[in-house]
Amino acid sequence: MPAVSETREAVEKLAKSNYEWGFETNVEMDLAPKGLNEDIVRLISARKKEPQWMLEWRLKAFRAWQEMSEPNWAKIKHPPIDYQDAHYFAQPKKKPGPKSLDEVDPELLKTYEKLGIPLHEQEMLAGVEGAGQKTPVAVDAVFDSVSVATTFRKTLAEAGVIFCPISEAIIEHPELVKKYLGTVVPVADNFFSALNSAVFTDGSFVYVPKGVRCPMELSTYFRINARNTGQFERTLIIAEDQATVSYLEGCTAPQRDENQLHAAVVELVAMEDAFIKYSTVQNWYPGDENGKGGIYNFVTKRGICKGDRARISWTQVETGSAITWKYPSCILAGKGSVGEFYSVAVTNGHQQADTGTKMIHLAPDTRSTIVAKTISAGKSDSTYRGLVRMQPKARNGRNFTQCDSLLIGNQCGAHTVPYIESRNMSARVEHEATTSKISEDQLFYCRSRGFSEEEAVGLIVNGFCREVLKELPMEFAVEAQKLLQISLEGSVG
Amino acid sequence: MSENNAAAWQALTGRAGERAALLGTEGLPTRRVEAWHYTPLQSLNGVAWQAAPALDDAAVKQRVDGLALPKHDGLLVFANGRFCKALSHLPACMDVQEYGDGSAVQPLLAGRFSAGLNAALRQPGARLHVPAGKDAGLIVMVSLTEGNGVSTHLHHSVTLDEGASLTLLDIQLGEGQYLTNPQMDVHCADNAHLSHVTHQAESREAARLGIIGACIGERGNYDSFTLNQGGVLARQEVVSQLSGPFSNTNVNAIQLVDGSRLNDLSSMIHHASPDCTSRQTVRTVLSENGQGVFQGKILVDQIAQKTDGYQMNQALLLSEKAQMNSKPELEIYADDVKCSHGATVGALDEDQLFYLRSRGVQEEQARDLLVQAFLLETVELVEHESLRDYLLKALPGHV
Repeated sequence: MPAVSETREAVEKLAKSNYEWGFETNVEMDLAPKGLNEDIVRLISARKKEPQWMLEWRLKAFRAWQEMSEPNWAKIKHPPIDYQDAHYFAQPKKKPGPKSLDEVDPELLKTYEKLGIPLHEQEMLAGVEGAGQKTPVAVDAVFDSVSVATTFRKTLAEAGVIFCPISEAIIEHPELVKKYLGTVVPVADNFFSALNSAVFTDGSFVYVPKGVRCPMELSTYFRINARNTGQFERTLIIAEDQATVSYLEGCTAPQRDENQLHAAVVELVAMEDAFIKYSTVQNWYPGDENGKGGIYNFVTKRGICKGDRARISWTQVETGSAITWKYPSCILAGKGSVGEFYSVAVTNGHQQADTGTKMIHLAPDTRSTIVAKTISAGKSDSTYRGLVRMQPKARNGRNFTQCDSLLIGNQCGAHTVPYIESRNMSARVEHEATTSKISEDQLFYCRSRGFSEEEAVGLIVNGFCREVLKELPMEFAVEAQKLLQISLEGSVG
Repeated sequence: MSENNAAAWQALTGRAGERAALLGTEGLPTRRVEAWHYTPLQSLNGVAWQAAPALDDAAVKQRVDGLALPKHDGLLVFANGRFCKALSHLPACMDVQEYGDGSAVQPLLAGRFSAGLNAALRQPGARLHVPAGKDAGLIVMVSLTEGNGVSTHLHHSVTLDEGASLTLLDIQLGEGQYLTNPQMDVHCADNAHLSHVTHQAESREAARLGIIGACIGERGNYDSFTLNQGGVLARQEVVSQLSGPFSNTNVNAIQLVDGSRLNDLSSMIHHASPDCTSRQTVRTVLSENGQGVFQGKILVDQIAQKTDGYQMNQALLLSEKAQMNSKPELEIYADDVKCSHGATVGALDEDQLFYLRSRGVQEEQARDLLVQAFLLETVELVEHESLRDYLLKALPGHV
């Protein structure tokens, strides 16, 4: 049978495949009433025991949000979102901090187990003594809206690195938070960032002091858990002069039947010669075979290379969510600074992804690289949308962009919408994009060497994404490959 | 309709309901309208556009005679939106027939501001028809506009029956601060072949909103080339639909932008049938404070399997103040396709300059040579030899 028709059959099969990590943990929740108004914003702020300036900041954002309307330029379709029909605060019932593994809620541990967090990392999450030396990965687990446990604090503290929930940073390091929060993504930057600014409950805060190379990869496992709770993460990472940090973010979510809104904001600040690497593996619930019930992922991620020769690198593997609306961007304000964006976006079933990046070159000798790989299968739609802007001062600025799309099946769509704006003659911008399907020749070659259809397609897809996957830290590369496999399960071969 | 220009423009800026009724669109597009983000039209708002007065035939003849036209089989002259019958002639095989409702092209242009404006203020233009199997040779069309604060909205149609072919050179020029808004509906039946060169050489103070809608039948071919070099604010919009299988379209262009002018090439290539090919090369040279815009979309329907689409757009920035905005776009719903696009923006290659300099070529000359080479490659895409020669003469420095 020709590969094409087999592939098509397989695509149909896929829609029926179950979400492997669809499960729900029963931890007692503390819910705020449904709806969004100033009182809810005040309630969130009060629950987080925030100082007055933070409350005012939130209220300012909330008022800005009320004046704004939802963006409609992205190539995504969804029923109107009722922002009043959601809980904006959910917190697991408080227990005294976990002192041994036994004290940790067994449901929570089970969740981590299903997420594939190795046992020793689970121990670390539970704060077991001595576990910290085994692996160089620090995990700050965001379990719904509250960070339940943070590990490796001591090792990091010795290096002078601050890695804690942002709610804690607001109280313990207000001077840092005040100085940087909202400077990269202003509160009223867009509809979703304003919403996030008003109601964010938690997220991560990282501060790497001058000259420090963060001794380990920092990792946060996001997990959306309670029913009907929007998740609004807020992440702020600051790398001072010559500092280096690699941050990993990975997500899975339980199966559910109501759409969930997720509007995170991530801000990165890189000073002179600093390097921030931000990696994401996103595998939230994409919805059932009719596209119902998946997560809406409207994220604002932006970094600024403030100092000369600073570098920010975004790497993302996006396989989940019903809708992804996400444009991790770099503002290259320091001379000779570097922005990078490596992305693999896989859509299947009824998923929709509109994702890409913005590279804003403000200073001379700035460089940026964009490599975006899009794979569409089933009845999904995937769009790359990117902006490269060379401002008049971006002398000798350089950008290279490559967007490749792979289509599997004839009911999906792949789109490329790059914006190129050059205001400096010495700047060079290059963009190339291709769209194709898996070539019969490649398939035949693999088949003739004894690979099954599915293995062959897996191999080709992995090869297609290799340029991006190799940018991921080791810990994530393995998980990412597994995710690619699961996401395309049945749709290929 | 042309007498009502001023009233229509007033309505343009009137209440939303009236605007929509008049234009079929939301009124004068601003930067917030995606399709006009880089070419906002507010500057047109300050003028109470009047219908252009008739021009004296003798004066028009003098202008036309002054053009170095290639040897042609027919000539159509329009002056200030009116057909100059005395100056025009057509080959015997060709006839001028009543244009139908344009139902095939109309949907392609729905919601596009330039077409809406043309529909509201339409003036009858050329109605060209080539019967089945006939080759009408090379027809030259000259549209001359003169005056300040006047506008013309010519509506042309070119209909090629099965197996017919035609080469059309469409020259647009003038003097003054006017607005031209020509629309051309193109119907290529099965196996028909239209080669269409637009030379946009309007006055440097003029605004221009031109739009072409083309429907191409099975194995038909619409080969479009635009030399965009006039107007203070000038857009050429080409919407080409491959309606029949195995059809082909080329939407190529050169834009030369200097002074404080803005030239814009916006195109939509719509693959609505399987086994079609499309090619697009757009090159823009920008100097002084020039602004260049390229927006090109390739849309591939789900049914359009075996599509082969290629799009390349390159811009050369020759001055510190020039700027280029480009948005090449792919929208693809079929899986068995081969579609690619590329875009580059940059200055002249220093290595190439050095090479020429090291061989004794003066700096200025070397730069000119490289710019000409950049353009020449694109001119060569025009199949018709005498049209190529005509275009080369129109380029700076006479390549």
